Amino acid sequence: MHRRVFVKDGALALVTMGLSPSFLRRATFGARLEATRKGKILVCLFQRGAADGLNMIIPHGERAYYASRPNIAIPRPRSGANEAAIDLDGFFGLHPALESFERLYRDGLLAPIQAVGSPSATRSHFDAQDYMESGTPDRKSTQDGWLNRYLAVKGTCQECAAAEASPFRAVSMTPQTPRILEGPSATVAMNSLGEFTVRGAGDSAERLEALYRTGEADLVHGAGREMFEAVKLLQSANPQRYQPENGADYPRSQFGQRLREIAQLIKSGVGIEVAFADVGGWDTHVNQGASTGQLAARLTDFSRSIAALVTDLGDRMNDVVILSMSEFGRMVRQNGNGGTDHGHAGAMFVIGGAVRGGKVHGTWPGLEREQLYEGRDLALTTDFRAVFADILTKHLGASNLAPVFPGYDGKAFSVFR
Amino acid sequence: MRRAGSLVTAAAIVLVGTAWSVRSVSGSVARELSAREQAAHVLNRLAFGARPGEIDRVVAMGVDRWIDQQLRPDRVPDRDLEQVMAAYPALRMSSSDLLQEYPPAAVRLVQRRLRGDTMLTREDSMELRRDAQRNREFVSDLLSAKVARAVMSERQLAEVMTDFWENHFNVFIGKGQLRYYLPEYSERTIRPYALGRFRDLLGAVARSPAMLLYLDNAQSVADSGRPTLGGGGFARGRVGRAIVNRRIQRMDSAQRAMVEQVQQRRPRGLNENYARELLELHTLGVDGGYTQQDVIEVARALTGWGVNPPRQAGRGRGAQGGDGFVFRPQAHDAGAKLVLGHTLKAGRGIEDGEEVLDIVSRHPSTAMFISRKLVTRLVSDEPPQDLVERAAATFKRTDGDIREVVRTIVTSAEFFSRPAYRSKVKSPFEVTVSALRALGARADTTPFSASLVGRLGQPLYGHQAPNGWPETGAAWINTGAILNRINLGIVVASGRVPGAPLRGWPPFATLARAPRTEQVDSVIASFLSGRASPETREILASGNNPLMARATADSIMLDDTAAAMGMERGRVVGGGGGRGGRQGGFQRLPQLTGLPQVIGLALGSPEFQRR
Repeated sequence: MHRRVFVKDGALALVTMGLSPSFLRRATFGARLEATRKGKILVCLFQRGAADGLNMIIPHGERAYYASRPNIAIPRPRSGANEAAIDLDGFFGLHPALESFERLYRDGLLAPIQAVGSPSATRSHFDAQDYMESGTPDRKSTQDGWLNRYLAVKGTCQECAAAEASPFRAVSMTPQTPRILEGPSATVAMNSLGEFTVRGAGDSAERLEALYRTGEADLVHGAGREMFEAVKLLQSANPQRYQPENGADYPRSQFGQRLREIAQLIKSGVGIEVAFADVGGWDTHVNQGASTGQLAARLTDFSRSIAALVTDLGDRMNDVVILSMSEFGRMVRQNGNGGTDHGHAGAMFVIGGAVRGGKVHGTWPGLEREQLYEGRDLALTTDFRAVFADILTKHLGASNLAPVFPGYDGKAFSVFR
Repeated sequence: MRRAGSLVTAAAIVLVGTAWSVRSVSGSVARELSAREQAAHVLNRLAFGARPGEIDRVVAMGVDRWIDQQLRPDRVPDRDLEQVMAAYPALRMSSSDLLQEYPPAAVRLVQRRLRGDTMLTREDSMELRRDAQRNREFVSDLLSAKVARAVMSERQLAEVMTDFWENHFNVFIGKGQLRYYLPEYSERTIRPYALGRFRDLLGAVARSPAMLLYLDNAQSVADSGRPTLGGGGFARGRVGRAIVNRRIQRMDSAQRAMVEQVQQRRPRGLNENYARELLELHTLGVDGGYTQQDVIEVARALTGWGVNPPRQAGRGRGAQGGDGFVFRPQAHDAGAKLVLGHTLKAGRGIEDGEEVLDIVSRHPSTAMFISRKLVTRLVSDEPPQDLVERAAATFKRTDGDIREVVRTIVTSAEFFSRPAYRSKVKSPFEVTVSALRALGARADTTPFSASLVGRLGQPLYGHQAPNGWPETGAAWINTGAILNRINLGIVVASGRVPGAPLRGWPPFATLARAPRTEQVDSVIASFLSGRASPETREILASGNNPLMARATADSIMLDDTAAAMGMERGRVVGGGGGRGGRQGGFQRLPQLTGLPQVIGLALGSPEFQRR
């Protein structure tokens, strides 16, 4: 496969766009194919709205958990009880709605992290998401996202140098570019794979493409030509009916379908390195429910979608890390509406072949009153940047992270073997 | 004899004066663009694109006269738009009325908690859902109105400048309850001063609840240990705190939880956010010569500038007399301050903040920073330094008269130069509005058009960070963006946008029956200012000839479909507020043929992306 040179100001200098026939043949589905790109991949998932980490990774060994949440705590693990927590290590358990994660945990693929998050005191969704996506807590002047800065800084493995030239190097399955990917490095945001094409096709598309090929080599023409190449690249690897492998069963929700498309992109070898998707509905101030209810429903969709992605990717999971995050956690004590208010530290999940799964990471600070942040929230013991830095260096192979997390020099942390 | 002589002298002076002023308007250098190009240029830069026949009208009137008129929007009648705006009553309501009329979910919850209810009944859930729906409606009115104004107003330069300042003084609709303060922000804070004095605009923004909430100044109070003015605030003193704490001990756990929650939200000290962005983004610019210490001093000066909570239902007006801006002396840091070399005496109140605004608006870096941004928006992504300096000189000379600074810029040789012509790339807002204007569209009172702008990557009032949307093309143009713009062209050309049926474009009916080459010529003249290479012309022309295709009738029917779909004031589900409105009609688009295809190709072409 020849390399395309993408000049930063948008004027595309096409060396060759040689899609060799063998590449096309290999980019089909159902077939076991070796990845044409050997690069490592990061799938970032943002739970928007401050997901309740304490009811996701349940500290069933903590007395205070049950004392603070008389109506919404998840019962201690007990055999035969569907509504009880799924025990992980004798102290922590999973919410029963996360049962799709149990197998991943036992197989050593899933590393839950507790008491992780942002040192910022803000409890504003808007600000906290901003800080977690810009990678600079309490600094509002940062204009780009940390994943975009990583794209500028980095390199994956040697043989994937070609990956840098792909227009699909960073893809966000969202209608607009999310803050985390904002910045000078090129990224693509698309609502769905099916929409990444010229609509009302037929000869309009061909004509439009021709329009972008004639005329001056300038910013607009360059981006246009590049777009048509990208659409073709995607179409050559994206037949109408995609078949997930290994019996993976994606929920029919928007989140599930977006993960399915990420799987498609990964398998199609278009050169994806970073994928992003988000899912909302976590701001459970009212009636969050316990083992069943609002939060449980969100967690069911969440875990089944991710588990389906892992199943679908099969052996490729050796090169993939899936990371979930949320802007902060929720208060320890339930509120007067059967829900929880904004908190501080929260929970993350890291899933991947190279991950040291099967144990709960992070340092547990405890839930007794004097152990809480401001007397009400789970205290922070791991900065989110430590987790991100760990993945960027150990998994994606970045060497210099100073520009990615300016002003951060926290202690080392790793979920990898 | 002497009188006649002086009369002649006076007449000579008047004549010379007139000649001078004429020359100053048309520039002392002959312009590089033809009269027609100049007309197209001003309609692209000082307006949101030409409507059908508008280039001719501007040529006939004379481009300089058009500019003069637009620089005095108060003298330009705008009756059509006024009628359209009557369809948006929410935008004339005060923020406290909006809060009562469209209460956020939290208010109902608090009301219930105060009544002692703990469980949500089904009726409550439905009520909450209705509240959420109504909230979406008033938000989508706000977004829809912004598009409608840009499409329909005769005061186009005022619209362009309002858009510029709304971006310069960016606020984010998704933060807290900011949306209730947005109508006021747009209509009564930015718009009235968009071509006025910069200091007046800055002052209005600094007092606006929208900005005070967005950049957290509303919760900035003097650090403990600092002297404040009067009031003292009972609970902040040592004795007061002890009494309050004893009271709290005696409460039951539920009440205590509520009090603790309120206390968590109470401001704890100085908040530097607004002060920093005031200096970095609004006035001097990041290299304008201020220090971190200046930021702190400015923040101290602005303590006490806050938002009066709106009246609750059933309660009388607050002590300050209603909603909006309030100055709280007991939160104001009354110590002496040193801001950018100026000493602010101790013991003053609101004057501290006012003086800071005076200082920063008169700072030489501000004149340069603002001028540079204006030249970037109006002239070129690479603003010519000489023009920036002349504009800054005007800024300084007129003490920040925005109208005069704009006049300096848009009557300059650089503005009308060949390198500036069609050199800028349209933002998503600009490309959407200009496509609608090119079709002679009327206002779309549904959220549809606004959602299209969001789909292209610029959700209105949806920029989270205070720096606002980029002013340069490179930031807007990327692979995905081009795709969305092409698809926008197809959506518009399929007649799906309410208010923009294809038959609204005057030549449409006759042209639909004409041969393809004639259609192409007309479309290129109308939508692309007549500028297209022979290859482009050929590409557009090589489609189906409508005289031969049976698809003609189908294509004309497309615009009736939109009307039949009843996309009037009915609520299109999932309005355009906040991040990512996912509808927006990019699904199930018909195949365009004939004249609609030519229009769609033109709107999606590289030429149409430029202004």
